[in-house]
Amino acid sequence: MTADVGIVCFPGSNCEHDVAQALQGLGASTRFLWHGADQVGEIGAVVIPGGFAHGDYLRPGAIARFSPIMRAVANFAVDGGPVLGICNGFQVLTEAGLLPGALTRNIGLRFICQTVECTVESVASVLTSAATPGSVLRLPINHYEGNYTCDPATLAEIEARGQIVLRYRENPNGAMNAIAGVRNPTGNVVGLMPHPERASDPLGVGTDGVVLLQSLLVAALARRGVSRRPAPGDAAS
Amino acid sequence: MNYGIVVEIRGLTGLADPEGLAIERALPSLGFAGVEGVHVGKVFRFSVDAPSAAEARRTAQEMCDRLLANPVIERAEIRVLDDPPESST
Repeated sequence: MTADVGIVCFPGSNCEHDVAQALQGLGASTRFLWHGADQVGEIGAVVIPGGFAHGDYLRPGAIARFSPIMRAVANFAVDGGPVLGICNGFQVLTEAGLLPGALTRNIGLRFICQTVECTVESVASVLTSAATPGSVLRLPINHYEGNYTCDPATLAEIEARGQIVLRYRENPNGAMNAIAGVRNPTGNVVGLMPHPERASDPLGVGTDGVVLLQSLLVAALARRGVSRRPAPGDAAS
Repeated sequence: MNYGIVVEIRGLTGLADPEGLAIERALPSLGFAGVEGVHVGKVFRFSVDAPSAAEARRTAQEMCDRLLANPVIERAEIRVLDDPPESST
């Protein structure tokens, strides 16, 4: 059985081929979902890749959340479908309200491009189910607006519920509680600033991202065969 | 009637504003002593066709809530220009 993953492409996305190659290398089939489409089709998971959707105008993700595909992605998420947002994709998911918080400019006002160490905090997510709790992964980050921010009540709540999926060992960008990735309460929607797809080839910066992508593919396979409830406003509208 | 609107977006109080801080720290080196509380934000200017200033403000508020500002990190201040006197605040 092959996991089938849809990769959302906005004008300005630029990591969609990296994600596709990494997932195909793990045996998945992938298809690109143009942002103007109004349905995601029969797929097992959705990835919103990195880049600069709609030029990051206004705020990263602020315009992208209104693209037609996002309504379909939201319905897919509400229906329990695995949704992963990487970097700019994480920003899109917070702007869309599918994940708590927001990503603001790095505390040092520098674009950071380096490989960082992250601790796996929660394995109750579609991104980390195959990982070992407490294990440390070396993953590349590549962002200017990766400073995770939310109000104190939300921070306390997501900490208490174990919604922090990955945490930086050394905080590179000023993120609250060194948060590198969060999940929704049910764990089927996850966003992270690091790029697991860029840590999936031995010729690159290592292969620590593979366990994360494999987790996603496990979730995508499990999703297959789940009869999908028609969601209001989906497809036909 | 056409109402001019100015929307000012600022970060929520208490959130880090590294850009404002960097500017605040640069000012003394130019001889501007005693400057505090520098914050950097965004300004939007546009006009809205609305039956009243209150209605124009309501439209601008909805625009802020749904697009112009992210309430998780930002707050918006709306000014309606050319207010009729009875609805000026």
